[in-house]
Amino acid sequence: MKRLLIAGVALVALAACSSPSQSASTEQPAESRTLTVFAAASLTESFNALEQTFEQQNPGVDVVLSYGGSSDLAQQIVNGAPADVFAAASDSTMKTVTDAQLTAAAPTIFATNVLQIATAPGNPKGVAAFADLAKPDLKTVVCAPQVPCGAATAKIEQSTGVDIPAVSEEPDVKSVLAKVSTGNADAGLVYVTDVNASKGQVQGVSFPESSAAKTNYPIAVVKNAPQAELAQKWVALVEGQDGANILGAQGFGRP
Amino acid sequence: MLPVLGLFQRAAWARMPELLLSDAALSALRLSLETAAISTGLCILLGGPLAVVLARSAMPGLRTVRSIVLLPLVLPPVVGGLALLFLLGRTGLVGRQLDLWFGLTIPFTTAAVVLAQTFVAMPFLVVSLEGALRTAGRRYESVAATLGASPALAFRRITIPLVLPGLMSGAVLAFARCMGEFGATIAFAGSLQGTTRTLPLLVYQEREVDVDGAVALSLLLVVVAVIVIIVGRPRQLEGLS
Repeated sequence: MKRLLIAGVALVALAACSSPSQSASTEQPAESRTLTVFAAASLTESFNALEQTFEQQNPGVDVVLSYGGSSDLAQQIVNGAPADVFAAASDSTMKTVTDAQLTAAAPTIFATNVLQIATAPGNPKGVAAFADLAKPDLKTVVCAPQVPCGAATAKIEQSTGVDIPAVSEEPDVKSVLAKVSTGNADAGLVYVTDVNASKGQVQGVSFPESSAAKTNYPIAVVKNAPQAELAQKWVALVEGQDGANILGAQGFGRP
Repeated sequence: MLPVLGLFQRAAWARMPELLLSDAALSALRLSLETAAISTGLCILLGGPLAVVLARSAMPGLRTVRSIVLLPLVLPPVVGGLALLFLLGRTGLVGRQLDLWFGLTIPFTTAAVVLAQTFVAMPFLVVSLEGALRTAGRRYESVAATLGASPALAFRRITIPLVLPGLMSGAVLAFARCMGEFGATIAFAGSLQGTTRTLPLLVYQEREVDVDGAVALSLLLVVVAVIVIIVGRPRQLEGLS
């Protein structure tokens, strides 16, 4: 046990010695470096594609992507998770991190997202407009108002005066999608990018009122990021033409 | 114990009354207590006879049956929820027929919450009761039979009193498991205030926006758990310590 302890201490000491020398040796590109990106779950498909581009452009760099609910990721960063970049799915979750003064600079908006109605393939219930969701015989599932997609739903309900008698308020947008794709709900309000990512398991119905509740996707380099320079490059890639193309193909809007 | 101490340390005591007396919290607490009570009743009703069969019968394939009974114990609850969804959901194996014949859909109802809880909690009752039945043995029943008692009378007057502590501790464990149920409920029943949003679901949702609220509700669950354990005082747990 004692020997283990000594070995552990030695390891920690070694790590402590090696990390400053690593960040100082940025002029040696041969050394492998790891960029850690925390991103909202809805960015999964886009950021996976961008990871390949980034690793081609920056040999020896390994991009590690950690996806999750934006508010969970924000809590993790506030509690000291070693992220270099944070890409959130709402202004309010990014605010958790900026309020803790943990971003290197002010966050910038790199994409927007709007809601779409998801129905079963072929739209058997003939949902055509947002107002149709008020029909009592239609089983509609929405996000809880505490999460960004639910906040957007509530905003549209308010502006249109349509009151949706939802059978469930789910904790995240993917749960809403699952309830629709398994056929247990007739309709659900999700992001247009979720409909695209479902690859035909659900059918999307657009509605003009959705533009009233655009969701912003902010991105920021985390303060004291271990790979600050690479983090800047990642943000530049996301905000550049490559990022715009890939995000656009998934259905994201440009800010 | 240490993680729970973390909760106490993080709690916003000044806001506690306001956080715990909100409409959402009270309705979740009521729903949790009601569904957990009904589910525990169902566990006794369905799991009781099952435990008797497992402890007393000598029919072949009993080991397999026991493994199947234990399955919900080792299965991640969310998997259990998905399984229920594909059995009883609107497009599920049985659920499709229910919808077709009776116009009955189970997901998004309080009944779905009860089913999810019963599914995950049943093994606790069965295992406890089966253990008690085996420990009690059949000696007293045999004696009762030699004294002229019918099997039914012996079961009622001898067996049930003997295994009552085991049944109680099983019921308490099942109730506690029901109170804490999250994964199967969210996957199968959804989340709607007053209908399907139990305390754990509310905690999960509150932590998105109000960590204080989530911590307050978590402490409420801790308090309920402590009360349940003190009241039930499961023998097995005491034996372990």
